[in-house]
Amino acid sequence: MAQASVAASRQNSWWHRNQQRLTPWLFLAPGILFFLFYVIFPIFQSFNLSLYEWDGLGQAEFVGTYNYEELYWDEAFYTSLKNNVIWLVLYLAAIPAGLFIALFLNQTVTGIRLYKSLFFFPFVISQVVVGLVFTWFYDPTFGILNVLLGAVGLPPMNVLGDENWVTVGIIVAGLWPQTAYCMILYLTGLNAVDPEQIEAGRLDGAKGWRMLWYIIVPQLRPATFIAFVVTIIGALRSFDLISVMTNGGPFGASRVLSFYMFEVALSEYGFRMGYGAAIAVVLFMIMLAFIAYFLWSMYKEERAR
Amino acid sequence: MFPTPIERTSRTWRISYQTLLPLALILWLLPLIAVAIFSVKPDSDFANANYWGWPSSFEGFTNYALVFTGSDMPQYLLNSFKITIPTVIGAVTLSCMTGFALGVYKFKANIWIFFMFVAGNFVPFQILMVPVRDLTLQMGLYNTITGLVLFHIAFQTGFCTLFMRNFIRALPFELIEAARVEGVAEWRIFWYVVLPLMKPAIAALSVLIFTFIWNDYFWAIVLTQGVESQPVTAGITSFNSQYRAAYHLMSAGSIVAALPPVAMFFLMQRHFIAGLTLGAVK
Repeated sequence: MAQASVAASRQNSWWHRNQQRLTPWLFLAPGILFFLFYVIFPIFQSFNLSLYEWDGLGQAEFVGTYNYEELYWDEAFYTSLKNNVIWLVLYLAAIPAGLFIALFLNQTVTGIRLYKSLFFFPFVISQVVVGLVFTWFYDPTFGILNVLLGAVGLPPMNVLGDENWVTVGIIVAGLWPQTAYCMILYLTGLNAVDPEQIEAGRLDGAKGWRMLWYIIVPQLRPATFIAFVVTIIGALRSFDLISVMTNGGPFGASRVLSFYMFEVALSEYGFRMGYGAAIAVVLFMIMLAFIAYFLWSMYKEERAR
Repeated sequence: MFPTPIERTSRTWRISYQTLLPLALILWLLPLIAVAIFSVKPDSDFANANYWGWPSSFEGFTNYALVFTGSDMPQYLLNSFKITIPTVIGAVTLSCMTGFALGVYKFKANIWIFFMFVAGNFVPFQILMVPVRDLTLQMGLYNTITGLVLFHIAFQTGFCTLFMRNFIRALPFELIEAARVEGVAEWRIFWYVVLPLMKPAIAALSVLIFTFIWNDYFWAIVLTQGVESQPVTAGITSFNSQYRAAYHLMSAGSIVAALPPVAMFFLMQRHFIAGLTLGAVK
């Protein structure tokens, strides 16, 4: 009896001594295991897989860098890459557009809260539904776009059927929810702008654009940073809209890397897992540049604290 | 406040602002308004090319009733709930724990584990697609709700950990130190001191993850197929091929599919926005 309690207290004291060192690991274990299993390891598996030719069922055959060589000669790959760049550039328009709407709505008239949430509405809706809605908007037979174009005397156009316009058309659909997202970030940011600095600026005669650029925008930096992060990630992740609106067409003109990869690996065009993985690796490397930059910014901030 | 509050400006600008506001809103939501109008139109309006005119009769009840009785929509909706709710619970639970560990304790690997979660959260889905699909197949979970939920929980843990850890960092650390001086066990500190303070973060994360998962389309088509397990985002496309060119039904179906996250947003608006904008203010 006495022995048992001594043992218990010794055990207790060992635990007591090491408690602070061990507790974080016990709390982290389930989350880390899950994350390693489903996210981190698959990244390496994809890298490995990109060196194989595999149909998803049979034996995988090692082909070295063959998949990458094939990518080099693949016209569709360059179309996708080009469209990815277009997405990245045009999608950034969501940031100034969001700021503009936020400035427009940053007032205290009656009902403004409801207005703000209704403006935010598009972000809450699934991209699949956004895609459908915009497909009808562009529809050549009844789309409201052609009604509007006709009203100002322009000829009708088939946006999603035109190789030169299709990507822009899809990006516009994507900008709708993304602008709403940036708007809400800036509305929160504007709430926190120091009113004394604004008053001081007013006394110095700053107003309008100058006030915005020199006094307001610098104070919105944290909001702008997050807006950049989510917009860039969103641009590189674009998949749902393309899949729903054009399925990559016409003639593959609206493919991006994420969609092309899916097409190669899982659609009716064939189950080329290794080639798909090679495309995914390229996309990953592009993303990695941005991820590294984001982490670097966060790291600097952590150090500054 | 910037821009200048409307009360302090000229009368003309005040009046024009008040009229501009609803006009801008209508323009902004025009695509949605169009779908809403489509969804209450009778079939004959589309046959007669009366696309943008006033509905010739109000068929809202018939159209929506048909979505619920004449299609697989109810099953897809049910699947979506069965996928979304366990994911929210799982991801929030795991990240409360990881967030606590990374937010409270100082140890060497802390920042690197944190960065692993953050970086993993940003990777393109496609780099995970083939291995995760293969893994799910091997576990016999392909085309099951469980398979989809497990992956979603794991992936969302990245974002949730980022969120929770930053939230816990902002809590007053003195509370934890005071508890330690009292000799309270670490897990009790988590349960009785930190967790009660995390309620707003849990609420915010829950609504956010609910919306993200409800709206997921990519993983739904990669890991599931067919009515028995696909969520409503994937279901809507097969719904649409069933009712090709029946725009009134497609519109009604889309609105039904979009409704739950919209309702969630309006009910929990404050939490939702607090969650989305965490970090937008210093």
